[in-house]
Amino acid sequence: MSEHIVKAYDEELKTLHALIRHMGELTIDQIQKATQSIVKRKEKLAHEVIEKDYQINLLELKVDDLAIRILALRQPVASDLRMVVAALKISNQVERIADYAANIAKRTLLLKDMPPLLAAEKLSDLVKIPKRMIEQALTAFETHNVELALQVWHMDQDVDEHYNAYLLELFDAMVSDPKNIGPCTQLLFAAKNIERIGDQSQNIAEAVYTMVTAKSFKESELLKNVPKV
Amino acid sequence: MTLKINVNHLNLFYGNKQALFDVSLGFPEFQTTALIGPSGCGKSSFLRCLNRMNDIIPNAHVDGQVLLDDKDIYAPSVDVVELRTHVGMVFQKPNPFPRSIYENVAYGPRIHSLFKSKADLDQIVEKSLVRAGLWEEVKDRLYQPATRLSGGQQQRLCIARAIAVNPEVILMDEPCSALDPIATAKVEELIDELRERFTIVIVTHNLQQAARVSQQTAFFHSGYLVEAGETGALFTIPQDARTQGYITGRYG
Repeated sequence: MSEHIVKAYDEELKTLHALIRHMGELTIDQIQKATQSIVKRKEKLAHEVIEKDYQINLLELKVDDLAIRILALRQPVASDLRMVVAALKISNQVERIADYAANIAKRTLLLKDMPPLLAAEKLSDLVKIPKRMIEQALTAFETHNVELALQVWHMDQDVDEHYNAYLLELFDAMVSDPKNIGPCTQLLFAAKNIERIGDQSQNIAEAVYTMVTAKSFKESELLKNVPKV
Repeated sequence: MTLKINVNHLNLFYGNKQALFDVSLGFPEFQTTALIGPSGCGKSSFLRCLNRMNDIIPNAHVDGQVLLDDKDIYAPSVDVVELRTHVGMVFQKPNPFPRSIYENVAYGPRIHSLFKSKADLDQIVEKSLVRAGLWEEVKDRLYQPATRLSGGQQQRLCIARAIAVNPEVILMDEPCSALDPIATAKVEELIDELRERFTIVIVTHNLQQAARVSQQTAFFHSGYLVEAGETGALFTIPQDARTQGYITGRYG
């Protein structure tokens, strides 16, 4: 799309994009480190993740401030308005995802005095698709790529399947030895957090869909064609 | 939805120069339609076709149809002066006559003999000033010169003058461009109230104003009607790339 006559307006919209990109990069790094901390039982890394969460919270506030400023001063309409509204929603969702990463890191600290479990390692596999979902959802936002957003949206089905399979595995471990109940409960919470990363990434994909097409996602025919998990 | 005015395939020429190209647009009754577009796009020329104001421009000629209640206003039998009592106009700069406030509003009813007695005329003047939201501010100085009023008050007086002859349609050509934000807000509020009785067409360069006061918006460019639709939809999901470019400030 061509540039605005008022260049400062373009700069503000670019800054909004850049802030979301920065939030996304930090959050993806947080997910990576949080998972590593729980799989490898690295307490120091877990502390690092927990402490860094506030940076993402601050970035969300910055996005809020800038978006409100743009709404008040530039009075955006049409595609610009949809982009600013999408940025507000997406920054909120990314911040939630970062919270999930911090929550996973907190589980690492609770697990430290419990016996190690083989199932913990599988969290590395479980996190792969949700991590790719947030990466691609943010790329879709940046490039206005509605096809990519829809791909992300469909990926959540796989996340749910893997999550359900992992739950069964944890239940089996708890049934086979009650000593596993403590650590398995912590892993269960971590797995739930990972599953929620997928859900929030799906929300980002929906926001991108609406931003690009100007259509409400729920009204779209697409939803009807997707089998419910 | 009844169309108060229906324009079909309107072309406007100033001499050899064509200013409007095949414009068709309906104006729903008791709604405000905003005409927007860059300078020189033809929106004011189009507005002036709706009460034959272009007639006074030498060499201007129109083809196509402008139907007011299904009657062609360009039909040879139409009395233009009478037409303008049905389709009133408010201009960019407030232009009160150099007479009293009372006389400004009484002028139209006087020349068209729309009253039976002085009491009758007094009532028309009061009713028009009340409807224009000016009565409370001027009721104690009706016989003072209208030119002593503030710009915003003068513009509302011009609106009172326009509605004193009981028109059905009011055309407004950038009615707020010379007013401060408070006076503008009062005129915008007035437009919303007037919509109960009148069909309004407003030309404005202020896109936010178009968004605030109108139910239908039409975007003109280079003499063509590019896009018209429900105002909320036009400002959120414009269908044409030129509309999108204009309303988002991407081209002049």
